[in-house]
Amino acid sequence: MIDIKEPLIPVVGVVTDIRIDTPDVKTFRVVTPDGKKAFEHMPGQCAMLSIPGVGEAMFSITSSPTNTEFMEFSIKKCGCVTQWLHSMEVGQQITIRGPYGHPFPVDTEFAGHDMLFIAGGIGLAPLRSVINYCRHYRDRYGKIDIVYGSRSMQDLVDYKEIIDEWSKDAGVNVHLTIDREQPEWDGHVGFVPNYVKELGFSTDKIAILCGPPIMIKFTLAGLLELGFDKTQVYTTMELRMKCGIGKCGRCNIGSKYVCKDGPVFRFDEIDELPDEY
Amino acid sequence: MRKISLDKLNQLFSKIAETQTLYMPVDTKTGARYEKWEEGKELSDALNTVRSAKDFFFPQTENLMDFKMEGKNIEIIDTRNEAEDFVIFGVRACDVKSFEILDRVFLADPADSYYENRRNHGTIVSMACTRPVETCFCQTFDIDAASPEGDVVCHKTDDALYLEAKSDKGEALLNSLNDVTEDTDGSAVDEQVKTVHERMSRLPLASLSADAFGADKTKEFFDRPEWAELSQSCLGCGTCTFVCPTCQCYDIKDFNTGHGVKRFRCWDSCMYSNFTKMSAGQPRLTQVERFRQRFMHKLVYYPTNNDGLFSCVGCGRCLSKCPIQMNIVKVMKKLGGKSND
Ligand SMILES: Cc1cc2nc3c(=O)[nH]c(=O)nc-3n(C[C@H](O)[C@H](O)[C@H](O)COP(=O)(O)OP(=O)(O)OC[C@H]3O[C@@H](n4cnc5c(N)ncnc54)[C@H](O)[C@@H]3O)c2cc1C
Ligand code: SF4
Ligand code: SF4
Ligand code: FES
Repeated sequence: MIDIKEPLIPVVGVVTDIRIDTPDVKTFRVVTPDGKKAFEHMPGQCAMLSIPGVGEAMFSITSSPTNTEFMEFSIKKCGCVTQWLHSMEVGQQITIRGPYGHPFPVDTEFAGHDMLFIAGGIGLAPLRSVINYCRHYRDRYGKIDIVYGSRSMQDLVDYKEIIDEWSKDAGVNVHLTIDREQPEWDGHVGFVPNYVKELGFSTDKIAILCGPPIMIKFTLAGLLELGFDKTQVYTTMELRMKCGIGKCGRCNIGSKYVCKDGPVFRFDEIDELPDEY
Repeated sequence: MRKISLDKLNQLFSKIAETQTLYMPVDTKTGARYEKWEEGKELSDALNTVRSAKDFFFPQTENLMDFKMEGKNIEIIDTRNEAEDFVIFGVRACDVKSFEILDRVFLADPADSYYENRRNHGTIVSMACTRPVETCFCQTFDIDAASPEGDVVCHKTDDALYLEAKSDKGEALLNSLNDVTEDTDGSAVDEQVKTVHERMSRLPLASLSADAFGADKTKEFFDRPEWAELSQSCLGCGTCTFVCPTCQCYDIKDFNTGHGVKRFRCWDSCMYSNFTKMSAGQPRLTQVERFRQRFMHKLVYYPTNNDGLFSCVGCGRCLSKCPIQMNIVKVMKKLGGKSND
C-alpha cells in the first residue's frame, strides 16, 4: 500500500433516496456509509459516479453546497451506466469521486447581481445547485428569474420543488414552458428561446444557460438580440470524460480541458475556443 | 566523471543489478527493446527502442484498483504497492526529455500516484547518441543528442563508457559503482560531443524548425485547409500515438473476473473514432478532426499550457512506423510556412 492520495480512487456512496422526476430522469440522494457528504463542492462542479463492472460516468452535483446533509444527482437514462443507476434500489452502494471542474463564480462575478437562469430538460441539473445557492444566500443577489422548459409537463425535472419552493420565494420569478399543448397544462407553451424573447428581460443581469446544444444556440442569439453581452452569459459544456482531472486527454477543446478548466464557461471565453464541440 | 572500459561493462551491470532491477535496450529480431538485464544480455547499440521508454512510468495497461461486490455493498481495494527501485540504462536524449513532458501532465496537481510512485523509484541513466539517423530531429526541440539529460549521463567511445552524475539519485548510483569504475577527466567526452554536433548539423532534418508553432497559436492553425489533405490517407490506426514517447491519452475500463471487478487503465488514442463519441454528439466527426487534434496538441495546445514546451521530442518513431508515411515532420513542413521551405 502506498500512502499518497490518488484522485482516481473513489469512495463508497450509499443511495438513500430515489425520486422519479420524469419518464427518463431520476434524482438520487447519495451519502457515505457513515451518513456524511462524500466531499464539499461549489455550484457547477461535477462528480464521477460508478458502479464497478459497468463503468464510470460524470454528473453535475445538482444539490447546493449549502445542503449539509447529502448530495443529489439528477440523471437521465441514456446508456450502460445511467441505465444501471436507474435500475437501483435504495440502499445500493455506488462509488463516487470528485469534485471536478471550475464552479460558477457565485461569490465573485455573480455577487450583487440580478440573476436569469434559463434551462431546458436535464439542463436544470447543474443550474439547480446555483439556484438553491442563490436562494440560500438570498441577500447577496438581486432579483432572480428562472425560465425552464421541457418537452412536456411530465418532462419537467424538479417540478415539485419548483412549484412548492422556488415560485413561492419573494423576488424569485419562475417562468415554465412546455413544447406542445397538454390538456392539464395552463401555463406557457412554446420553445425556450422564443419564450425568453417574449419575456424580454432587461440586460442588467447575469444569465446562465443550460440545456441541449440547439436550445443554447438559439437562446444565446435571443439574449444578444435583447442587448446582453457575451461577458454576462454563462453555460456549462459536456464532453466525453474519463479522468476528470485533465490527464486522460479526452475532453479538450483546443488547449482547454472541459473537466478542469470548465465545465462552466462564459460565452466570451467560448468564442476564444476553436469550433470543435 | 567516472569511466569503465567496455570489456568490463558486465561488471558494471551486475553491480547495479545486485541492489536494483536493471533494464536496458537489447537487440531482438523485431528491433531493440527494453528488457530486464541478466548475465549474458548485452546492451544494444541501436539508437532507439521500437517502443519508447514511457512504459516504465506509464505502462500500456495497469490495474488501478479492485472492487468486491456483495449484494448492495461495494468494497474498494487499493491495489497500489510501493514500487521497487529500478534503473533504466541507456535512454536516449529524446526519450529522457519525454519524461519531463509526461511529468507536466501526470505530476500536475492532483498528481497521478501510480506514475509518481514509479517515477520516484526509477533512476535514469541516459546514453549520448553518436550517430543520429535521418529520422532524428530532436534538435528541432532544442534537445542535444550528444549530451542528454538524466540522473546519470553516459558517453560511449570505442573503448570506454564515461559516466557523469547529474542529480542526487545519479550521485548515489555512481557512488555505489566506485569499485568498478575509475576517475577520469572529460576530455574524451568533449571530443566526442564535438564530432557528434558536426554530424547532427548534416542530418536531413537539421534545419527543421518549430518556430512557426507554439503557445497561443490555435487560431492561426486550427482552420487551415491543409489539414484535409494531410489527413486524407490516415487510417486512424493509432500506431503513431502508441509508439510516441509523449502521447499520454488513456482509457479506464472495468473487467469482471467473476469474483470481483478489476479496474484497469490502458493507453488510448485520439486517432480513434470513438475517442470522443457521446450520445449527444461527436465533436470530432471525421479523421480530419482527429488527425488535427493529435498534431495541434503536440505543436500548439500542449505548449500553450506548458510554457511553450512542445510535446514532441523528435524521436522519429512515428516517421518510421506510420503505414502511410504520414508524420509530424510533414505536418510541420506543410503548415510551418517560410521557416520550413
Ligand atoms: C461535465 C458533465 C456533466 C454531466 N452532468 C450530467 C447530469 O447532471 N445528468 C445527466 O443525466 N447526465 C450528465 N452528463 C452526461 C453523462 O455523463 C452521460 O449521460 C453518461 O456518461 C452516459 O453514460 P452511460 O454509461 O449511461 O452511457 P454509455 O453506455 O457510455 O453511452 C451511451 C451513449 O452516451 C455516450 N456517452 C458516453 N459518455 C458520455 C458523456 N460524458 N456525455 C454524453 N454522452 C456520453 C456514448 O458514446 C453513447 O453514445 C454529464 C456529462 C458531463 C461531461
Ligand atoms: S498518422 Fe499514420 S500511424 Fe497515425 S493513425 Fe494515421 S495512419 Fe496510423
Ligand atoms: S510525434 Fe513522432 S517524432 Fe514526435 S515524439 Fe512522438 S513519435 Fe517521436
Ligand atoms: S476527462 Fe480526462 S482530460 Fe478531461
